[in-house]
Amino acid sequence: MAVVFEKPKSLVDIHTHYCPGCTHGIIHRLVCEVIDEMGIEGDTIGVCPVGCSVMAYDYFNFDMIEAAHGRAPAVATGVKRTNPDKYVFTYQGDGDLAAIGTAETVHAATRGENIVVIFVNNTTYGMTGGQMAPTTLPGQVTQTTPFGRDPLLAGYPVKVCEMLATLRGTALAQRVAVNSVPHIKEAKKAIRKAFENQRDKKGFSIVEVLSTCPTNWGMSPVDALKRLEDEMIPYYPLGVYKDDDAFPDKKEVE
Amino acid sequence: MAKITVNFEKCKGCALCTTACPKKIVELQKEKRNRKGYFTAVCTDDAACIGCAMCATMCPDCAITVEK
Amino acid sequence: MERNLMKGNEALAEAAIRAGCKCFFGYPITPQTEISAYLAKRFRQAGGVFLQAESEIAAINMVYGAAASGVRAMTSSSSPGVSLKSEGISYIAGADLPCVIINVQRGGPGLGGIQPSQADYWQATKALGHGDFQLLVFAPCSVQEMVDTVTKAFDLADKYRMPAMILADGLLGQMMEPVTFPEIEAKPAEKPWATNGHGNKREHNIVNSLYLQPDVLEKSVQDRFKRYDEIKANHAEAEMYLTDDAEIVVTAYGATARVAKSAVNMAREQGIKAGLIRPITLWPFPVKQMNEGTKNAKAVLCVEMSMGQMIDDVKLAINCSKPVEFFGRTGGVIPKPSEVLEEIKKYVGGSK
Repeated sequence: MAVVFEKPKSLVDIHTHYCPGCTHGIIHRLVCEVIDEMGIEGDTIGVCPVGCSVMAYDYFNFDMIEAAHGRAPAVATGVKRTNPDKYVFTYQGDGDLAAIGTAETVHAATRGENIVVIFVNNTTYGMTGGQMAPTTLPGQVTQTTPFGRDPLLAGYPVKVCEMLATLRGTALAQRVAVNSVPHIKEAKKAIRKAFENQRDKKGFSIVEVLSTCPTNWGMSPVDALKRLEDEMIPYYPLGVYKDDDAFPDKKEVE
Repeated sequence: MAKITVNFEKCKGCALCTTACPKKIVELQKEKRNRKGYFTAVCTDDAACIGCAMCATMCPDCAITVEK
Repeated sequence: MERNLMKGNEALAEAAIRAGCKCFFGYPITPQTEISAYLAKRFRQAGGVFLQAESEIAAINMVYGAAASGVRAMTSSSSPGVSLKSEGISYIAGADLPCVIINVQRGGPGLGGIQPSQADYWQATKALGHGDFQLLVFAPCSVQEMVDTVTKAFDLADKYRMPAMILADGLLGQMMEPVTFPEIEAKPAEKPWATNGHGNKREHNIVNSLYLQPDVLEKSVQDRFKRYDEIKANHAEAEMYLTDDAEIVVTAYGATARVAKSAVNMAREQGIKAGLIRPITLWPFPVKQMNEGTKNAKAVLCVEMSMGQMIDDVKLAINCSKPVEFFGRTGGVIPKPSEVLEEIKKYVGGSK
């Protein structure tokens, strides 16, 4: 018998701090699988956020930088501009990317910054214990929306892919999920495409991954997968919101 | 002929793998907790395993290795 | 050597390129914007990255990324913008990254004004962000000295793996003076810790300021402070002017020191034994020089373009062994030599 499935090489072989059933682990693995398949482990620099994945630098076997809350796209810009031949990605949660780091996200996208952004949307601030996130659904109960998110009080959720798809510098804006095997396979393809875009200098690529937070949602990991399917996907439809070369004339510019 | 191996200490007993198995032969055992205190996943019928790796695909902790 | 007439801000920018700076990330703010404008043009020719960021916050974090990958990186701003950068500066210090930050100070607080000021002394030397850390802080007083300081700032930042600040002001940034650029060979340090891709040749590097174990965090801070002790012992600098026999010692830094020097010269012409100590580094503060230069003094007069921020360090340096008086103008008002002379006269001749 031959091994047909095992831990990707670039994922460090240690126990993660994530809660049981947290799908961060799946997303970490997909990133590593893509990087292993492309053979770019030695040329990749990752930037971690503040949030549950703050310690992802211990799990990815690439050079890693820990950024301040929300600033990962700016940090990645600094790395990429001075190391244009390296692969640079950020790994960010919803609070990091779509609340405190909105300006950094939008401007990295509109500049067509040639980086990959892995955006993990689980509609909650997990690290701090389950407060309202910019992506918390209307009606969703969190610590800071104890009566359910009321748009009259707390406004509406941000639909990141839809927003970034309006920007010329965005090459790829795709929303995927990791709540089932077919969705996971689709998610991996999207991540692969994002890294290939970077190789081909097509501009800013974001893959929004709908993810779960069983602990702060107060449900079992299996029920959390079901909530993702039944409540999140209808509000955040999966699909490709933009797929284009942000700089089709780059050869002439060069 | 196929086989899954669950890393006993890495498994967090989240049961996501059990939702993915098309043969319904991956379950959480109820006898022995690992050092973290979790009842871990096991294959209840080795002979029926087809090595599709769906359980491993769903596993957030890379705790499952699949051979075929 | 070629001698050019240059504006302070532009001279800083040119000096950075010659010091081996490979990238600049900034955001427009008066009175330092010429640094950005100059580099936007010059980097294309010299080879380097200029990027106008969406905010000061983004700019300092771009510096963080570039510095983490091992290249010499710089940003510049003026007072309100430096406040915005303070978060990033704390992270840079916590991650032990070298970089150079220029603050061309203007009046504050708040939006303040756009005229010269030295009211960010406390911020630069005591509290540029949260946590236990220091920056190297240089206070040049002429366009030429600003040029010479840039290379030193990059070299020491690299050597001690910490951010360095050049604390200028609107006067130095905007005025034109003749400068020469010394022939130097930029010598950026080896950076085996840099996150620039391990190439499958080494373990992965991590640039980070997070330590969840208190004892580990404590040790990382203590290790940093050991480096600070070494810096204090070796790199505190001051210019001593006519201090040997001085009965009244004026102390001032940056552009204000030039005003103070004129006042000291005027005092000498009138037979008053006045001298000047000009701190060149504000952190580390030149404690030894302050004691040596005031040994014969009856009083010390601290002159600043603020309500008095350096004065506490002067008192601490000499352990309050003499009276330390203060004269300052603030809000963008530059003190006049005649005003400083009047102050000097108050404290000599036994009248006080």
